[in-house]
Amino acid sequence: MSVLKIKDVSKIFPNGTTAVDSFSLDVADGELVCLLGPSGSGKSTLLRMVGGFETPTSGLMTIDGEDITRVPPEKRPTGMVFQSHALWTHMNVFKNLAFGLKLRKVPADEIKRRVEGVLELVGLGGYGTRSVTQLSGGQQQRVALARSLVLEPKILLLDEPFASLDQHLRERLREEVRDIQQRLKITTLFVTHGQDEALSMADRIVVMRDGKTEQIDRPDVVYREPQTPFVAGFIGTMNLIEGVVANGVFSKAGYSTPVPVSDGPVTLAIRPEAVDLTAASQNAHGKVHRVTDYGTHGLVDLELLDGTRMKAMVPHPDLFKPGQGVTLALRAVAAYRDGAVIYRTGVVTPVSHPALVDA
Amino acid sequence: MAATLVSRKTDWTGIIFAAVLTLVIVFPLVVVGTWAFTNVWRYPSVIPQEFGLRFWNQTLARADVWSSISTSLTLAFTVTALSAAICLPAAYAFARLDFPGRNLLFFSFLAGHAFPKFGLLVAIAGIFLQLNLIGTFWGVVLIQLVGTLLFMIWIPVAAFQAVDRRMEEAARDVGASPFRVFWSITLPQAGPTIAAAILLSFVGTFYETEGAWLIGAPQVRTLPVLMISFINNQPVIQYGAVLSVLLWVPSFIALLFARKVVNSGSFARGFGG
Repeated sequence: MSVLKIKDVSKIFPNGTTAVDSFSLDVADGELVCLLGPSGSGKSTLLRMVGGFETPTSGLMTIDGEDITRVPPEKRPTGMVFQSHALWTHMNVFKNLAFGLKLRKVPADEIKRRVEGVLELVGLGGYGTRSVTQLSGGQQQRVALARSLVLEPKILLLDEPFASLDQHLRERLREEVRDIQQRLKITTLFVTHGQDEALSMADRIVVMRDGKTEQIDRPDVVYREPQTPFVAGFIGTMNLIEGVVANGVFSKAGYSTPVPVSDGPVTLAIRPEAVDLTAASQNAHGKVHRVTDYGTHGLVDLELLDGTRMKAMVPHPDLFKPGQGVTLALRAVAAYRDGAVIYRTGVVTPVSHPALVDA
Repeated sequence: MAATLVSRKTDWTGIIFAAVLTLVIVFPLVVVGTWAFTNVWRYPSVIPQEFGLRFWNQTLARADVWSSISTSLTLAFTVTALSAAICLPAAYAFARLDFPGRNLLFFSFLAGHAFPKFGLLVAIAGIFLQLNLIGTFWGVVLIQLVGTLLFMIWIPVAAFQAVDRRMEEAARDVGASPFRVFWSITLPQAGPTIAAAILLSFVGTFYETEGAWLIGAPQVRTLPVLMISFINNQPVIQYGAVLSVLLWVPSFIALLFARKVVNSGSFARGFGG
C-alpha cells in the first residue's frame, strides 16, 4: 500500500555536527526495514526526520510519491512508537488510543469499535479503563504500539521500542510486533542498536555509521557477507585480524593461510564457527585462554603466539583446557583492505547460536 | 533487618523538634482562637472568665469589616487572575524557548525578593505618587502583582520543564496541532503544580499587608490592613483576634483544596525537587 522513499537526506545540527549524511533508502510496501548502528550513527535522527520531528538540512522524503519533507508531524501519515512509550499519564488506556481518532472527528461508536479492536490485536482486550501508570513496561509498550496502529498509519516508525524492557519480554514482544506487522502488511521503519533485534525482525537491515550507510541487505546476507570491516565487526561475533599478505599468503604470528590478493596489509575476518581447532602439543599456533560451555556448543578464547585474541566455536568444549596448545584451520575467511572487501572464500554454513549473536 | 530496628528506635530528636514546633506554631494560634471567643478574660486567670460571641457580633456589625473583606477577595482574585494571564505564557516561554537575555530575565524575578521589601515598596510608592496610583485599587493590584511574580514564574517554569517532550511529540504524531498539544497534554501534565502556584499566589496576595498599606491606605483597606489598625488603635484585643480567625478561613479552604489537587510529588517538583 505504501512506499517510503528517502533521497540524499542530510541533517546538520546548528552546532555543526552532521548527524545524517546524504542518506538514501527506499522502503517497499509492507516491508520492515531496520536501521542498525551504534549510538551516534544518526539512525534515530533519521527516523525523527521521517516522523517530522526534525527537518532535513537537505534532501527529499516521499510517501507514495507525495513530498513530506517539510510537512509537520500532525499532517504526516506516519505513526511513531517511542522508546520511552510516551503515554499520556493523565488519560486512561482507552483515551490514549482514542485521542487521535477524536482529533479526526471519528464518530464515538466507531472510536469505541476501533480502539477495542486494536487492543485485542495487541493482546490487551478489556484494558481500556486501566490507568496507563498501572500497566507493566511490556503492557505500556503494547499500548504505545496500539496508539499508533489505531490510526492506520501508512508508515509505522519504531524508535528502539524494546530498549527499556528486559530480555525475555523483548524477545516475546519483537515476535508479536513482527506478527502484527506482517498481518497488517504495514510498511515499517525500525531503529535499534541491538543486532539480535535487527536479525530476527527485519526484511532488510541498514547498517549505519557516522550518518552514512555501510550496507543495506537481507539479514542473512549482512551476517554472512559483510561488505565492510565495520559491518563484519558489528554484526555477530567476528575475529578481525590485522596482518600482511605477501605472495598470496597471509601471515600473522607464525600462522599463515592462503589469501590470493595483491601484496599489502589486510584485515582478515573469520567467524568463530569457521575456525577448526585441534589440540596440539607441538607446532601449536596458539594456546587456549578460556573455554565457555553454552550447552549446545562451546566457545574457546585463544591466544596466538603474539598475543592476538581469537574466538573459535567448538562442538565439544570439554576437549579443550586453558593453557593447552592448539592448531587452527580456517574454513572461510574474508579479507578487507581500505574499508572494502577484496576477497571472500565460500560461505560457511552457519551453526550459529543466539548466544553468539546477542550483543 | 537493620533498617527496621533503627526505625523502631524512639527518635528523640524528632520528638523534641515536633514539640518545639508545636509550641511555637500551635500555642499562639490557640491563644488567638481563645481570645476571639472570649467576652471577659482578666489577669491572672489562666482561662477566660466568660466565653461568648459578643465581639463577633460587634466586629461583624461594622461596615468597614465587610467592605475590607470584599476588597481583599476582589484584590486577591484580580491579582491572581492577572498574574496567571501574564506569568503562565511567560513561564512557558522560559521553559521552552531560548532567547537572548533569558537567564538574566529569569533571575530578575528574584530581585523583588532579594532586597529588603519595604525599601523597594517605598521606592515604588514614590513612582506611584507621580502616576496618581496611590490610594487606588489598581495601584494595590500592581504592587501585589510584583509579589506574585516569583511564585508564578518559577514554579510553572519547573512544571513545564518537567513535562516529557516525547509525550508532546506523540500527540503531534497522532495529529494534534501545537496549540492542541499544549491544551490537551502539556497543561494537564503541568496542571497540579500550576494549581499549587496559583493557590500560593492567591493566599499570598490575600495576606499581603505592607504593599496594600503603603499604596492603598487609607482609601483601599484590605482585611490585614484593617486588622493592623484594629490592633494598633483599639485597646480591645478581641477585635484583632476575631479578624485573625476570619483571615484564617481562606487559607484553610485553600489548604483543603490543595490536598485534593496537589499531591506532594508534583508540589515538590514545582520547586525543582
